[in-house]
Amino acid sequence: MVPLGHYLILSAVLFATGTIGVFLRRNVITVLLSIEVMLNAVNLAFIAFGRTQGAVDGQVIMFFVVTVAAAEAAIGLALVIALFRHRESLNPDVFTSLKW
Amino acid sequence: MLLFYLFGAIAAGASLLVVLGRNPMHSVLLLIVSFAALAGLYIGLDAPFAAVVQIIIYAGAIMVLFLFVVMLLNAHREDDAPGGAGRLAHGPLRLGAAVAVLLVAELAWALSRAARGGEAMLSTGPGADPAALQSVRSLGNVLFTEYSLAFEVTSILIIVAMVGAVVLARREA
Repeated sequence: MVPLGHYLILSAVLFATGTIGVFLRRNVITVLLSIEVMLNAVNLAFIAFGRTQGAVDGQVIMFFVVTVAAAEAAIGLALVIALFRHRESLNPDVFTSLKW
Repeated sequence: MLLFYLFGAIAAGASLLVVLGRNPMHSVLLLIVSFAALAGLYIGLDAPFAAVVQIIIYAGAIMVLFLFVVMLLNAHREDDAPGGAGRLAHGPLRLGAAVAVLLVAELAWALSRAARGGEAMLSTGPGADPAALQSVRSLGNVLFTEYSLAFEVTSILIIVAMVGAVVLARREA
């Protein structure tokens, strides 16, 4: 049986990968994808903890995280489309003003 | 045991390529590979329903949404030459990268201690019944009794997100 610590380390590696992507990438879509990677790292930790506790609560919380991720992806991509329509660019550094 | 390291390596490698890739289309497809590997890990954790949800909802619905937007915007290349605003943001970006590296080091240190200290206690779990964990029936029982309020609130969230996405993406007349 794989110890819980290994799952947590994998989860931490995935979360750090997503964090690096959010900070370093110059493309709004890739930033959103990095956020998905972070959410999945959290899901893995939840399910691993649920398994060690012998409860299904970890899986239930994973469903809620998936739901929130779906809502976030829908809103985020709608914003990306609206921004691209205004500025013809996906570079987050271009979007510096709230209103013009 | 071996499958954990195989799927874990695939998930970590694919996620790294998602973050480092230049082409958003490749990133989306590699993220689907990463999700499939994570679904394999969920099966190893006695959560087959979570694995199915991962494949159907994440890889099937959310990633297709991303794919549609990437194709719709026809933006296969990243802007490599940011304007003046981009140069201004380099300092904060370096700070963010340093904080991310710090986060990795901190997490690795904490988890290595946890793994060494509590390995025997945490490896299989006290009183874990794999049959109860795997059954969709027990999952539904918990979801619709203990978490029923959160479930209802989630439906409101979905409606708000749907309306919000339509309003935001609408072409202004």
